[in-house]
Order: sequence, then C-alpha cells, then structure tokens
Amino acid sequence: MLRFLAGLVGVGFVSALLIAFLMPREKVEPSAASVYHLSEKEVKFSFDGPFGKYDNAQLQRGFQVYKEVCSACHSMKLVAFRDLEEIGFTKPEVKAIAKQWAVEVPSINPDTGEAATRKALPSDYFPSPYANETAARAGNNNALPPDMSLLAKAREGGPHYIYSLITGYQAQPAELLKQFPDAKTPAGLHYNPYFANLNIAMPPPLVADGQVTYAGDKKATVDQMAQDVSAFLMWAAEPKLENRHRWGFVVIIYLLIATGLAYGAYRNIWRDKKH
Amino acid sequence: MSFPWAENYAPKNPLMKWLDAKLPLPRLVYNAVGAGYPVPRNLNYFWNFGVLAGVALTIQIVTGIILAMHFASNSDLAFTSVEGIMRDVNAGWLLRYMHMNGASMFFIVVYIHIFRGLYYGSYKAPREMVWLLGVVIFLLMMATAFMGYVLPWGQMSFWGAQVITGFFSAIPIVGDPIHTWLLGGFAPDNATLSRFFSLHYLLPFVIAGVIILHIWALHIPGSNNPTGVEVKGPQDTVPFHPYYTAKDGMGLGVFLIVFAVLLFFYPNTLGHPDNYIQANPLSTPAHIVPEWYFWPFYAILRAFTVNWLWIPAKLWGVLAMFSSILLLFFLPWLDNSPVRSANYRPAYRIAFWVLVVDVLILGWIGKSPAEEPYVRIGQIAAAYYFAHFLLIVPIIAAVEKTKPLPNSISESVLHGEAAEAAPIGVGSAH
Repeated sequence: MLRFLAGLVGVGFVSALLIAFLMPREKVEPSAASVYHLSEKEVKFSFDGPFGKYDNAQLQRGFQVYKEVCSACHSMKLVAFRDLEEIGFTKPEVKAIAKQWAVEVPSINPDTGEAATRKALPSDYFPSPYANETAARAGNNNALPPDMSLLAKAREGGPHYIYSLITGYQAQPAELLKQFPDAKTPAGLHYNPYFANLNIAMPPPLVADGQVTYAGDKKATVDQMAQDVSAFLMWAAEPKLENRHRWGFVVIIYLLIATGLAYGAYRNIWRDKKH
Repeated sequence: MSFPWAENYAPKNPLMKWLDAKLPLPRLVYNAVGAGYPVPRNLNYFWNFGVLAGVALTIQIVTGIILAMHFASNSDLAFTSVEGIMRDVNAGWLLRYMHMNGASMFFIVVYIHIFRGLYYGSYKAPREMVWLLGVVIFLLMMATAFMGYVLPWGQMSFWGAQVITGFFSAIPIVGDPIHTWLLGGFAPDNATLSRFFSLHYLLPFVIAGVIILHIWALHIPGSNNPTGVEVKGPQDTVPFHPYYTAKDGMGLGVFLIVFAVLLFFYPNTLGHPDNYIQANPLSTPAHIVPEWYFWPFYAILRAFTVNWLWIPAKLWGVLAMFSSILLLFFLPWLDNSPVRSANYRPAYRIAFWVLVVDVLILGWIGKSPAEEPYVRIGQIAAAYYFAHFLLIVPIIAAVEKTKPLPNSISESVLHGEAAEAAPIGVGSAH
C-alpha cells in the first residue's frame, strides 16, 4: 500500500515536471549586456594565492589615491584612521592624516550642545563625504556611490574587478549600437564593459598620468594608480589577510604531522587485524 | 551492549569504582565508544563521517557561542557588529571564518554520511530508527543553517530570508497569515532577525539531543558494515576502542586539513559576494541564490513551472521541495530488498550512482540563473530524483537478482585464508 501510494506521488511529480519540460519556451532576445559584458582583466597582485602578502608601499600609494580621488564621493565607514598603522604609517603620521582629513567628524559644541564638527582623531572611522544617502544621491545624478570598506569582497572578481572597471572606460562600440539601437548609453552615464549593465554613473575617476603625485620613484600612470587603489581596497576589506595566510601555514604543517602520527597509530593498532 | 560478548565495565581504579557505583557515567562511555562496544571489523573510511559530523557540530557550537558574545541581533547593528568581529575582536576573523566555513564542512560531511547510508543500505531494518532520527537531524541542520545565514544581515541574508519564508505563502488560505507570523511582519525586519538569532542559538542543542538518540538507536543493533551482513559472532567484531578511535583520529586529521585549507586560503569561495553588502530592502540582487548546500533543493523548487492538476506551479515547487526530503522518512519501507549493501545489488548500485550524478546536476542548476538550458536540465534532473526514490528503488527491490552474500563478515575479510583466532580485543588483553 505504501509503495503504491509512493508510486502515485512519484508519477504526479514526474508528470508535472515532464509537462513543464515539454512546454514551449519564449524566445529570449540577447541583451547588449549579455553580448558585450567582459570579465575581469588579467592583473597580478602581491596578495594573490596562498603565499600572498600585502605590499605596504603599494597600499600607501593606494591610500593616497583613495584620499585624493575616491574619498570625494565614496565613504569607507568600517575603516578607522588608526588602522593605517597596519600598512606602515607611524602614529604621528596617522595623527596628521586624521587631522588634515578634508571632511570633519560630526560632534557637538561643548558649551551649547549644538551640532558641530571637529577635526578627526586616529580613533575615528573615516568620515563620510555626504551627510546621508539623499545628499549623496543629490550630488551624483541620483546614483549612490557605494561605501568602499568591503567593496573588494562584495564584487565578483574582487580587486581584479575594481582594477578592470577603473581602467575599462571606453567609447561605446559602433557595432553595439548597430546591433542594439536602443542600448545607447543614456546621458549622464558612462559606457564601461566591465560593469554589469554596461552603463555606470561614475565618471572615469583616473583620467591622466600624474593625477596623483607619488612621493617615491613609482610613476603615477593611470594603470599604476588603478592597481594601487585596488590593492588598497582589498586591504580595507580584508585587513587580516596576512595573519590568515601565516596562521594557515602553521596550522596545516601541524595538522600534517599530527595526521601522519595518527595514521601510524592506526596502522600499528590494526597491524594484526585483517579488515 | 547488545552483543553477548561485549566486555563489561570492570573498573580497577578505586576512584572509578566509587564513581561507577554512584553514577555509572564511565560505564556509559565505555559501552558507547569504549572497549565495551563491539563494531564490525570491516568498516571502511566512509564510516568515519558520523564522528566527523559530531566534531563539526562541536566546532559550530564552540565558535558560535563566542561569536554570540560579540554579535548584535538588531537589524541596524548586525552587519557592522559582524565586521567588528572581523576587524577588532582578537582572532575574530578566525572565529567568524571557522563558523562560516564550518557550516559548509558540516554539510559536506553529512552529505557523505547520508550517501554512505544509501549505498550500504544502513536505513534498512533493524536500523530504521537510526535513519529516521538522522533525517530529523538533517532537517534541523537545514533550519539552523538557513537562520544562521540571515544573521550577518547582508543582501543575500535578507533576500534569502525573503524567498525562503515566502514558500509558506504558497500554502492555500492559511499561507499568508503563517508567513507573517513566522517573520513577525510583512517582510524580513528586526523582528525576524532577533527571532532567527534566538532559534539559531537554540536549535544546535536540539540537534545535539537528537544526535544522542541517533547514537542510542544505533547501539541497539550495532553498526552496519560494507557487506551489509549482520554480525554473527565475536570473530566479526573488534572493540570500538582502540580500533575505531584510532581510525577516527586519523580521519579527523584529514578532515581538519581540508577544513584548514578552506578556512585559511579560500574563506569566501563558498560564500556569495553580495553578502558583504548590507541588507537593503529597496534593492533586489540580480540573482538570489542560497548557500551551496541548498542548491539541489532550490533547483527542485524552481523546476516546477506549470500549473497542473489544479495545483499552481509555485505550490508544486514548494510541495516537491519539502517532499524531496520528507520522502527519505519512507525509504526503509520503499526499499524492501533484504540485501543491504549495494556491493551485492548490481541494479541498485547503478541507480545509486545515477542518483549521485543527478544530485550534483541539481546542485549546478540550483546555482545557475533560471534560464534555458538550465531550466529544462533541472526539470529532467528533478524528475529523476523523485523517480529514483518513489518508482525505481521499489521496482528494483522487487525484481533485482542479487549476488550471493558472504556467510559472515569474518569470512569476507579472510578471503578463504586460514581462520584467524577470535580477535583478542584490548578489553580482554588486560
């Protein structure tokens, strides 16, 4: 009886699925994004792979790009000035960076209690360039510049994607418009084949070599700046990556030895038992 | 325990004698996982996975309790508090990644454990109760994992909660009130988050309780084995300790190495990038996908696209998804072949491996977007899944010509060599 009922239920599910399988499908026209979207460019970072480490000089250059370019629109709420010590800035340097930050931190007037602002301290998180989302949208053609704290982990491809996007701006290809006449990039948006729907609100952030003046010998080409800021954003999203890789090696070597010993114990205990 | 030749606990140490007389806890441990539990001598490495599942649960409970000390179950604070754990709590990144990837390891281990049971017929009499309790544990694990994934309050947390609780609204008439009651509102919000946190903390202890019943029920008939032939005498068994404690110790080492590689070098590979974006009820992600361990069931849910027999497609999908797990409760009676192990069941063995491939295909479809050719592949794969359990397995059980079974476990192990003396367990050695 049970098997009979089960068989009936089985026939029910299978028939519903086979009918669904046989139903004609609506033809899906390819969209411009499905044809012209590109996956990330090849780019090597020092932190790629299990042996990867951050390059502090690169992170400091990347921070400079963030400070002088990105931070005009993008907040980074989860990272504090004090965290910059991890990428090789000294305490006094961090204090100076916080003090000179272009945006001040919301505070109150100690005498009257009225809303006020004060200079940032190392213990403060990076202040946001806009007071709130409405202000951010109002300043950016109704688009919201995403917070950058986790950006490198919140996108498929991570820092490789960010690098590709920053360096990927180009004129909309003529054949795209021939194939999809309705897909013209709307006014106020910018064509970028690395962006999911091809049209991004952000204008090209890095446009000329030397846009940021690097202190050392590295030439501040657009490509170099894009790599540096992508690396910096990876650090901002995953500041403990180096600890993680270091711990990983110690733990795995320990476990290999322990497992080897456990295997020896297992063979030894079972040596006179056929199984 | 259940075997007459099982060693009785005889403490020599006066302290243990005293303790055993007042509270026979040492006796319980001795008979559960000590020298007092005789186990078939021919278990292969697939029998490591029960112990590994227990270890995985323990890892989840320990890391989870510490994470809960730093987590804020409030929709305004949850996302930032998780990032606070990742950035500012000592070794917080380690705890959080252990808990995140520990859930994946738990499911990998449990899936292997379940398929081991399917291959070797461990669900059959006299072990039906072990199997039924196992399915209960699996359901509790799924509920716990789902609610845990909601807690960081990222985009996939939020939209996953939206989609999965939405299943209940497919139930006719009472669906919508139930949906609202579960969420504590019309959409996932603070009420949902805080109740999910409470239940996510509770359910692992319920799982631990059902695991005790699962092991208790296992100890009545004793473990199954790769031949599926019941234990006939002492020559077929070895004491659990030290034989299987040693083997499990080694298995644990391998498990921890795999876990460490995932945790330290690929901690976000099994996750979804969108969950690093804070939940935003106004912005729907392009593709909503659950965690990988739900992909096969998600594929079954989405395979039903046609109203049929007066039942709307959505309800078909929800019924099928729940049925795909609930049908496991009936498996011991759907498969009434007296032979347990697939090693002696040529037709069932083929069906088993087709099922394994089928579930992997369902997983791939569950991950893919709902477009062609994925939908059609998913429909065939889902149809095979139900056909396997509800039609093919009962038919095979009725018509299959099975291979001859060995007379006993020891015979199958010794392969006709001169019989080894009855094993001298460590229990009898001292």
